[in-house]
Amino acid sequence: MTVADVVAPTDSATALRARPAGFVHDVAAIAGRALRGVPRDIEAVTPPIFIALFFFVVNVATLSKLTHSVGGGFDYKAFQMPTAILLGVTGVSRAPALVLDIQDGYLDRLLMTPIRRLAILLGHMVADVTVAMCLTVPILALGFALGVRFESGPLGVIAFVAVAALWSLAFSGFGYAIALKTGNPAAVNSSFLLFFPFLFLTSSYVPRSALSGWLDKVATVNPVTYLLEGLRSLVSEGWHWGDIGNALLAIAVLGAVSMSLCFAALRGRTKRG
Amino acid sequence: MTDLAIRTEGLVRRFGDFTAVDEVDLAIGRGEIYGFLGPNGAGKSTTVRMLCTLMAPTSGTATVAGFDVGSRPGDVRLRIGVALQEAALDPKQTGRELLRLQGLLYGLPKGAMAKRVDELGELIDLTDALDRPISTYSGGMKRRLDLVAALVHNPEILFLDEPTTGLDPVSRVSVWKEVRRLNDELGMTIFLTTQYLEEADELCGRVGIIDRGRLVAEGTPDDLKRSVGADIIIARVDGDAEALCPTIQALPAVQSVEAHGNELVIATDNGSAAISPIAVALNSCEVAVRDLTLRTPTLDDVFLELTGSHIEREDTNEETDR
Repeated sequence: MTVADVVAPTDSATALRARPAGFVHDVAAIAGRALRGVPRDIEAVTPPIFIALFFFVVNVATLSKLTHSVGGGFDYKAFQMPTAILLGVTGVSRAPALVLDIQDGYLDRLLMTPIRRLAILLGHMVADVTVAMCLTVPILALGFALGVRFESGPLGVIAFVAVAALWSLAFSGFGYAIALKTGNPAAVNSSFLLFFPFLFLTSSYVPRSALSGWLDKVATVNPVTYLLEGLRSLVSEGWHWGDIGNALLAIAVLGAVSMSLCFAALRGRTKRG
Repeated sequence: MTDLAIRTEGLVRRFGDFTAVDEVDLAIGRGEIYGFLGPNGAGKSTTVRMLCTLMAPTSGTATVAGFDVGSRPGDVRLRIGVALQEAALDPKQTGRELLRLQGLLYGLPKGAMAKRVDELGELIDLTDALDRPISTYSGGMKRRLDLVAALVHNPEILFLDEPTTGLDPVSRVSVWKEVRRLNDELGMTIFLTTQYLEEADELCGRVGIIDRGRLVAEGTPDDLKRSVGADIIIARVDGDAEALCPTIQALPAVQSVEAHGNELVIATDNGSAAISPIAVALNSCEVAVRDLTLRTPTLDDVFLELTGSHIEREDTNEETDR
């Protein structure tokens, strides 16, 4: 058999004629590839989950007694679960894999197909959302095992997972922006450090009412504050639409910034060649 | 529909102050095998990247398959297949996954694609390896997979950027054979870059010689070689070859003479008749002649005459051609 034998259409000329596959189809194809890569790159997703579970257990064990004085049925385990979830899902993305695609030249191969550039990014992000949702499962399971119950019921659990996944997606834009701008795996891996100020300068470990002075002022403008309040309301208070709306707004604001950077980086890379 | 598969006018690409491609005009007909010959850094790969829509030209225009690469890149991409200098593969995918994804992105129907992937695997002797991660493939296997990945969707125009660099001689001849067959049997237009003189000579209907971003000559290999002379005599001497030029040039059989280091490159219409007078003339100049060689011109002689240097051949991929 020769190349010509194979290249020549065997069944019908039209069967193998190239045509644009369609945007949704392209996104699904890229997402499928990215998801297939997750088990082969399992070391990228296990550390965040381990860290989240570790801090969940340690924080509950060390800090819950300090909150007994709060009273009013305050449950520190329920309070800590959103923090653990954010630790687990923030920064989890296929951006490091995209860097490898750049280094291996595979991104060039994708860019030479008729796929829309946006579909390459969105395909990766769809995969990220799926992975983030999966990563919430062990943390939720641990929470349930420790006795945490959702005041908002089973639908609230689904909403909780969806909000966490949306946050993960919004934050992943920074990783992709760095990946596309630098093509450097170390730089992408360090993008998680961006989350630290967001995580610690807010009500991650103590209720907002316990914050004072400059920390309280910073927490006021920190989107994670509203995200945590929204997630906590689903766990401890039920459907508080004001808190949930603020959480979604915070995600939208951060997402707008990260995605702008991300798409600008994509434009820059495709323009540079 | 235009008869030209590729056309460029005043194509320029600059990187800061460095001009990688400088006012290149190309007109390549459908069904041609066109070779872009030049040393590392001449601008071959940059030209390919512009024609494949990976890189925007700084100025000038380029149309591929009748579509402008800047304003109609999607139409261009549907009609081209590309194997870049470095195999562009994802080592964590299997060969089958890579070819299937490639087919999906070109909108091939799933049913037809499964058969096609098997056929392509058989073609490149990778049937048993198709379900293994690409990271386990040898260099030659990766190169073959990269080539068929460019062919999944039956492109009209195939770009091959140094397709045989790094291949052993047997694999190189095998690639030449398949390139020729694609062109002969399917009429596929093939634009290939190379730094191998014999590759351009053997495969290409026409050759463009590029040096420092500029197209310095273009034509069939035979025409280009004839432009240098019917025969070439190379004299390697001890001492200053430049000083001997007037003496040799004065001989009636000599068309032209150039000195390059300690070499005299003498073009003549009749080498066998000219070689004796040249030997006598060199002897009369009292220089030591290390060797005197008579041969027909090569594309390297063309390049030497046009640029004053040889095309350097490097079998490594260490230096990336810009």
